[in-house]
Amino acid sequence: MRLSDRAKDVSDKNMSFAERIYLPAIATGLGVTIKHFFKKKVTIQYPEVQRPVSPNFRGLHVLKRDDEGRERCTACGLCALSCPAEAISMVAEERKKGEEHLYREEKYAAVYEINMLRCIFCGFCEEACPKQAIYLQSDKMAPAFYGREEVIYGKDRLLESKDKTRPTDGPKRRLTATDTYIDPIAVGYNRQLKK
Amino acid sequence: MELDILTVKSIIILLVFGISLGIATYSTWAERRLAAYLQDRQGPNRAGPLGLLQPIADAVKLFTKEEFIPASANKWLFIFGPSLAMLTALMSSAVIPFGSTLEIGDKFIPVQGIEVNIGVLYSFGIVSLGVYGIMIGGWASNNKFSLLGAVRAASQNISYELAMGLAIVAVLMMSGSLDLRKIVEDQHGGNWNVFYQPLGFIIFLTCAFAECNRTPFDLPESENELVGGYHTEYSSMKLGLFLFSEYVNMFVASAIVSVLYFGGYNYPGMDLVADHVPHNLATAIGIAVMFAKTFFFIFFFMWIRWTIPRFRYDQLMSLGWKSLIPLAIANIIVTGCVILLFN
Amino acid sequence: MAEKLFYFLTFLALASGLMVVVSRNPVHSVLYLILTFFSLSGHYILLNAQFLAAVNIIVYAGAIMVLFLFVIMFLNMRTHNEPMAPIWAQLAAVVSAGLVLMVLVAATKASSPALEAVADTDSFDSQIGLVQTLGQTLFSQYLIPFELTSILFLVAIVGAVYLGRREPGERNSF
Repeated sequence: MRLSDRAKDVSDKNMSFAERIYLPAIATGLGVTIKHFFKKKVTIQYPEVQRPVSPNFRGLHVLKRDDEGRERCTACGLCALSCPAEAISMVAEERKKGEEHLYREEKYAAVYEINMLRCIFCGFCEEACPKQAIYLQSDKMAPAFYGREEVIYGKDRLLESKDKTRPTDGPKRRLTATDTYIDPIAVGYNRQLKK
Repeated sequence: MELDILTVKSIIILLVFGISLGIATYSTWAERRLAAYLQDRQGPNRAGPLGLLQPIADAVKLFTKEEFIPASANKWLFIFGPSLAMLTALMSSAVIPFGSTLEIGDKFIPVQGIEVNIGVLYSFGIVSLGVYGIMIGGWASNNKFSLLGAVRAASQNISYELAMGLAIVAVLMMSGSLDLRKIVEDQHGGNWNVFYQPLGFIIFLTCAFAECNRTPFDLPESENELVGGYHTEYSSMKLGLFLFSEYVNMFVASAIVSVLYFGGYNYPGMDLVADHVPHNLATAIGIAVMFAKTFFFIFFFMWIRWTIPRFRYDQLMSLGWKSLIPLAIANIIVTGCVILLFN
Repeated sequence: MAEKLFYFLTFLALASGLMVVVSRNPVHSVLYLILTFFSLSGHYILLNAQFLAAVNIIVYAGAIMVLFLFVIMFLNMRTHNEPMAPIWAQLAAVVSAGLVLMVLVAATKASSPALEAVADTDSFDSQIGLVQTLGQTLFSQYLIPFELTSILFLVAIVGAVYLGRREPGERNSF
């Protein structure tokens, strides 16, 4: 079978004089390389030029607000449950009187963290969310980082701002050891596996 | 008046030094850009416009890296090796005639570091010393790969020096002088040696590649067999000196090729130009022509590097001893016969 | 100026020559020997024998000493387990070195009129060491010794090729 018609049969016949002095072959080689010199370069100059991404590209997560600027998330934990990489963890809290303009549902996520080292950007959290609170942006990639402490994204970096343009100053509270957060394994993932 | 000549000479020598260093610096940039272009890439283009500040960034990086000397290395020789490599590389640029004469006051001062009537032998001698830097550095590292690289460099340089010397002899027979300036002046206009010595030119160029340890003859440092060869143990600016001396050598080799075979600062129609413009301007044009030729050969060095793979060691030796040396001797004999027949 | 240079070069030559003998590490010895050749070349240049100076560097420093270094690096001689030569060998070395010294001194003494002629600044031909003069002398006055030397070299080359040739049945090819 021939994959391309550029295949050559192996031959052990004596080289001709032109082949033995090696210079014509060098000239041919030089010709090949200089042709590439004038070719269009394939490099994309990244920060200035960016490759177009697919409209359903799954990039950096964002926690959405509704039309009145209230957080949509109700801390049901379904995203954490559905996450195959176990990247999401959260602490739920009950909405108090007077906080109705902040949170849409009666329960909200006081802490919401995604570990970007674990996340595989599969988008299952987005699919699982009943409140359409989490989305993976198609136009923004998770940036590179220098240390592990930068990797865990809290609400301060995930939550949309009031004017819905950028994630901004959400609560900077982080998950602590004393938090009783919704552990996906304890809640259901484990159970599912056992079944 | 004598002091004036001394001042002008020292300025010229400093200029030659500075220019060879500058050209070598930018050769590193050019090499990386050219390599990228030949491989459909962009190459370094971030530091400054077109990446032109890249060599400076590289130098800063090399200077600020850790100076490491292996515990079992011979300390003084370990430092001496790269210094010697750089020294010998720079010394040989002193005798190259970059241009005709400059008229300053009523004196005509040749554009050349030092004028010696054995210019060819001088540069040849310095080139033959170039291998010491590599050998000493490789041996002092106390590393078997470095030693192998050093030994390879030594045998390769000695082997190719022979063929190189024999190729030059044919040129010397034509000009009858060891003075590089006389050799250039003999090639007045377009009467270049390469038209009379095509074989000698090819032999010389091949040997120049080998003497500079450039691909396809970069066996002393072949990274995939010897992990960098003689500079395996080197870091920081000492490594920088080794790598940089290669570029200085390349510049000097290109300049010598242009002088010996491509007429140096001569170009067709130079008499016409000399009749119509002032003397100094004509010289400046000549210098520009000389540098254009040199740059072409530096380009050629790089072009070859990114085209041809490395030789195997036995191929290298048999090419040097069994092909180039007999060819060079034949070239001498033919040249001698032709000179006898026509004069 | 020239005198100061002469003394400097002489000092360098003697000092590095001594270091060749004294230093324990053979690689250092070779490097000092190279330094000696350089100071000798400096002397040649002082005598306006540029050709000789350049050839001295090309042939001795550039080629022969590289091979020396090459061999010594390969042999990997260690300084500490080097056995002392027996006493008769040491004696023989001293005697032969003394004989060589005697011959050199005698030769210098015998040729002192010629040396004085050279040293005479009035009749000294500054072109005497240049390649043209040298070539003319070699190919006229000293033609026979020159050709004999060529034959000697030819014999040496043939000998080297004979020694280095592959024995039948030997496997490695280079």
